[in-house]
Formats: sequence, C-alpha cells, structure tokens
Amino acid sequence: MLFPFRHTGVPPRVVVTGAGIITALGSDWKQNALGFRSGRVATRPVTLFDASRQRVKVAAELDLPPLPQTRLSDQHLARMDRAARMLLVAADQAWKQSGWEPSEHLPIVLGTTSGGMSLGEAYFRQATQSPHNHQHQAKRVVHYQAQQQALNVCEAFGFHGPITIIANACASGANAIGHAFELIRRGEAERVLAGGYDAISQLVFGGFDSLQALSPTQCRPFDAHRDGLALGEGAAVLTLEPLESASRRNATILGEVVGYGAATDAHHLTQPHPNGDAALASMSAACASAQLSPDQIGYINAHGTGTPLNDSAEAAAINRWAGANAAQIQVSSTKSSIGHLLGAAGSVEAVVCLMALQEQWLPPTSTLQTPEPACAFPLVKQPTDARIEYALTNSFGFGGANATLILRRWN
Amino acid sequence: MSATQEIFVCGKGVVSPAGWGLDAFRNALQNGQPLTTKALPRPGWEKPLCVRQTPPPATRPAFIAHARLRRTSPIAQYVVAAALEALGPDAQLLQKGFRLGIVYCAMSGCVNYSRRFYDEVLKDPSTASPLVFPETVFNSPASHLAALLGTTSINYTIVGDPGTFLQGLALAADWLLQERVDGCLVVGAEEMDWLTSDAARRFLRSIVVSDGAGALYLKRDRESFSATGVKLEAITDPQLFHHHCPRSEAARRARAELQTFMGQNELLVDGLLDVASADRDELNAWSDWNQSRLSPKRILGEGFMAAAAWQCVAAVDAVEQKFDAANVSVVGCNQQAIAARFIRKSIS
Repeated sequence: MLFPFRHTGVPPRVVVTGAGIITALGSDWKQNALGFRSGRVATRPVTLFDASRQRVKVAAELDLPPLPQTRLSDQHLARMDRAARMLLVAADQAWKQSGWEPSEHLPIVLGTTSGGMSLGEAYFRQATQSPHNHQHQAKRVVHYQAQQQALNVCEAFGFHGPITIIANACASGANAIGHAFELIRRGEAERVLAGGYDAISQLVFGGFDSLQALSPTQCRPFDAHRDGLALGEGAAVLTLEPLESASRRNATILGEVVGYGAATDAHHLTQPHPNGDAALASMSAACASAQLSPDQIGYINAHGTGTPLNDSAEAAAINRWAGANAAQIQVSSTKSSIGHLLGAAGSVEAVVCLMALQEQWLPPTSTLQTPEPACAFPLVKQPTDARIEYALTNSFGFGGANATLILRRWN
Repeated sequence: MSATQEIFVCGKGVVSPAGWGLDAFRNALQNGQPLTTKALPRPGWEKPLCVRQTPPPATRPAFIAHARLRRTSPIAQYVVAAALEALGPDAQLLQKGFRLGIVYCAMSGCVNYSRRFYDEVLKDPSTASPLVFPETVFNSPASHLAALLGTTSINYTIVGDPGTFLQGLALAADWLLQERVDGCLVVGAEEMDWLTSDAARRFLRSIVVSDGAGALYLKRDRESFSATGVKLEAITDPQLFHHHCPRSEAARRARAELQTFMGQNELLVDGLLDVASADRDELNAWSDWNQSRLSPKRILGEGFMAAAAWQCVAAVDAVEQKFDAANVSVVGCNQQAIAARFIRKSIS
C-alpha cells in the first residue's frame, strides 16, 4: 500500500552508495571531478540546432558517450532521445557502483523540466510541416514523456518502481534527491534511485534567450558585472539507502545526505524575492532537518546562475541565514563551468558536493573577476584544498520552487 | 490503520466540459449522457478533431484580475478555479499563518503556450515572446496558485500518466502526517490543444480528448469531519507496466490490493471510456464487481490527469451523498495502474 504508510521507528541515516554524472565536463565522476576542481569552463558554440538567429549562441553542450550495455535492446535504445540517453549513462554508473541487484519494489525519483523535449519539437515540426506523414510520430509521443524515460531506467536494470517525477523547474533535481531521502527516513523505501536530467532543446534555449537571461559575454556567478547565465545539459543519479543496509553489504559509501528543505517564493514567476525570503526558508528548513546550525556548514554550492536578480537574492539569503558566521562559509557556483542544467542542476551539484567532501577540495567559480559587494561570504575563485565536513547546495527554480540539500563527508 | 494516519477530504473542486464548478459536474454525471462534442481544427487536415472542451465560464472569475493570472493559459485558470472551490473558506486561514501545501499533477501540462512559443522560435527567435515562455514551464500553474493564495509552504508539481494523481494524494497525506503543512491541495489538470488530441489519436483513433481540472483539499484534523465526512482510507502501490507485468496484470494487481477492504453499499468509479481496446484491461480486472459503478470519462471524455482527478472528486461526492465507500480505479496510459478508496467517517 502506498497509503496508509508503513510504521517506522527511528529514522535511519541515509547514505549514498553510487553516483553517476554526465555533464559538458565529462561522462563520469573522474572527468567531472578533474574539471570541477580546476574550474574548467565547458561552454562552446551550440551545435544541436540552428542558433544563428539567437542573441546568444553558446551553451555547455556535452558529447554523448556510447550507451552502456543494459537489458534494453538496441531497438529500444535507438528510440531514446538525448535526455533519456544522458539519464541512462548516469543511472548506469550509479547502479554499477552501488552493487544493487534488481528487485520488484525499488522507487525511482527523478527531476526534470522538459523530459524529451527534442522529440516533442520534432513531433510539432512534422505535424505542421508534413501533417500526413506519420513516420516516427507515435514513437515520439511515447518517448517524449518523462515517465517513459524513467521506465527506460527501470527496464534497463530490472527493477519496477514506483516512479515519481518532480517537475519543479530548476529545483527539480534537488527535490528528487530530497524526496528520496525522506522516503528512506520515513521507512517507506529501503533503497531509492534518485536524480535529475535535462538536455538542451531549441524551445528552452529560445525561451531563456527571449527573457534575455543568457549571458552575451560569459556566465560569471556572483560577479559585480554579471550579465546572465549559460545553459548546460546533463544528468546525475544517486543510489540512496539506509546506513545499516550499506554497512551490511560492505558497500562503499560516498557520503551522507543529512538534510533537505523546500519552500515556495510567491514573489514573481521568474524573479526571486529580492531579500531571498524563500531561499532563507529553504536553507533554514534543511538545517532544521539535519539538526545543524549554519556555523557547521563548510561549503555552499550556490544556485548562482549568474543573473543579476538571482545572485543578489541568494547572497541576501545566505547573509541572513549565516549571520555572523557568513565570513567563515566558502561559497561557489559551478554553473560557471557547466552552465545551468535546469532539472539536472540540483542533482549534479549534489554530486559536486560529494566530490568536494570526499576529496576535500572546493570547486571554484573560475570566471569570477569582481566579487559582488553584497556577498558577506568568501567566494571561491581559485582551485582550493579544504577541510569540510558538511556541504550545502541550493537550487531555485522558475515559479519560486526552492530546495536545499545538506551532505556530509563520509570518513 | 493507526489513528494517527487519518486523512480527511475537506473540499473538492471541478472544472470540466460540463462547466465550471461542482454543480455542473454533478448534473452531467447524474444525467449520464455523453456531453456533446465540438470540432477542433487541426493544421493540414480538412477534417477537424472531435473533442470535449471546457466551455468558457458563465461569468468571468474574479481571480483572473490577479496580476499573475491575466495572461495565463487555460490550464492555470482551471487549476486555480478548481483549487479555490476545493479550498472554500479555508482560503481565509492563510492570512493567519496556516501552512497550505500544493501538489499539482499533469501529464501534458501547458501545451497551448509551449506550441505557440516554439512556433515563434522557429519563425524568428528574436521576436519570440518572453511573456509566453515562462508559462510553458510545468510548474507555472502551481506557482500562480501559490502566489494568488500567498502560500510559501512546500509545493510540488509531479508529472506522469493519470495514476500520478493518486500518488499526489499520497504525497499530500505524507506532508500532512509529517506536519509539514496544515492543509494540502491536490490538483490534476490538462488543457485542450490540437497537438495533444492529434498525439492521442495515434494510439486510439476514436478517442475524444477533453480538458479541465479536479481538486481535493486534504487535512488531518478531526474538525474536518464536519466538512464532508469523507476519509481517505487507502491508496494501492502503483503497479508499473513492464515486461513481466503488462497493463492487464498491473490493473489486476491494483484491484487485488484493494480487495481486502471491500464491503457493501460501495461504488466503483472507474476510468472506462467506452472504447473496447482501451477498456479491456480495467474491465477484466474488475469483472467480478457487482455493486454500483460510475464511469465519468464516458460522459466527459479522456481528460488524462484531469480525468483521474474527476474520478476522485466523483468518488468523494458519492460517499457524501449515499455510499459507505467509493473505490477509484485508474489504469493509466503508459506508466501504471493504481487504485484508491474513500470511506464515510462513520464506518471507520
């Protein structure tokens, strides 16, 4: 039964036993860790569609690696779009690393903003340009939908859900991991595969360009002269399970999820409240969930899109949340390297935090030149080694969806 | 079930091809006749699509004057109208610190504006409207609703096939039981577009697509008894369709999971469309059902997520009126079969 819920005792500690990641920096943990640690910038001219008439013509596109061998047939793989393929690559890494076996009940929680949008675009073009040509249209309808992309993952590894897909705009990936964390804490699941994914599509690129949210120069989060974001694409997937289960299996533990918070900013559809009220509420809720105070957080992977409004609101929120401790908390935005991954951002940035915690370094905002004076906290500009126990990651989305995760180093 | 896991339905709201509000919905279901269809033009085709579309409201809803709702697509207006009807007088509580959660469920989402915006991008991206793009985002209706009500509590948009609405009810119950919110709206909605109807016809040529929204308002406190006297008793596990569990088996499993609760004077609110190939799995799963049965989609059309919400609203309404319990069966399009059960408070 989904409801009523199973009775639970003491909430278990939730650990990460597998992590898969694919971004424009690379298609696995190692390549991404190298890239994030050095602050490499991965934007390049857009090749996925004709961007010649766009105001901005660059994005952090990735090179798709060969698809992994799974239970999916070649025919099935051929029908999958770019977003579904990224998701499969990340899920395969996480699955293999976790050492999990297929099972009947294994929830999957995913975040995405646009699922298989490129298939939706292709469907529309064909339906309007050659309406009597039906070739591939039915397949596009099926594989466009986010639930099919989740079903692909279930089928690839032989497990059977249930599937939950959260579409809270750019907070979706963080919400997905947070929701998975809560499912395990409350005893509603023994294991959960969770993450986020999004591919660059013409509609979404055109949308951000129409809003003049894309940087015509370079994405420089928290820079006093920042002028917009860069779009990116990718996926990250985590395997989450109770500590007891991981220990019993002698699984390698990559880190611990200790807190999750979410709040809604009702100020504007596309702009945060200037004081960062909902961001503050989200960070505070995550800290309450983790039973931590701000002075215990060593690093924040900020939402830090590089837009004037986001970064000033987030800076205000961090200043208010940290108070007198702000000067002790290192902050950076890795969107300077890989762009904004929308529904994948929260999950990718959670993996970046795991990397930083495990390997004890801080990823720089390498494009930062002149720090925004409103920041009462130090911004990481150069590759830096550090000793950190807890990392916090923020994700804020269109529509006012705000989510915060807190992760802990595993010794 | 533990006494601490009691969740009550404290309000319901509907927008459907029958009209705006519960009365029109009730009348259409009581009448039992399929609503008339209308022709929806489809580019490149002489023959239009046949649909059941929600008519314009008899009077302009006051909420449309809100700054956030003036330019919204139909789906956002449906969501807000159904939610406000479900919330009723509790909307006033929000000024007193009441924490209202929102779970908004959709399968296709804001198709009108997505289609329009992409068309603009293809023609000339430099003139594509920045006002339209934000409305294409899945969670924009939930955001507008939160802004209108002034709630800053947790707010999720979840997508999937129609069974997702029942998952949304479980999510709301979870938030209520964890005391993260004091009340929670669960809204399912879709909007009409030739693109959606064209896509649906590729799988079912005789399908009549419809649009609208349905909302349930859930709380956990016992004062809620006075509102409707209906309790959410159970939601089955979502039974995923896959190689070892085809749609027919998933439907059977969902039905079997609910079997243990069954009693007398019960209603089944199913998802039958009167289209043999679409109905077969659900008919077989519930073939031994010998009590009352209601099939809202036969009357209102295939509203996908909105239709699953209509089924739940109809079930709650039926329990309030005359049944001891009502069971809802949703055998989705391409993801899952799932079922739920609502009961009158007196038999709990």
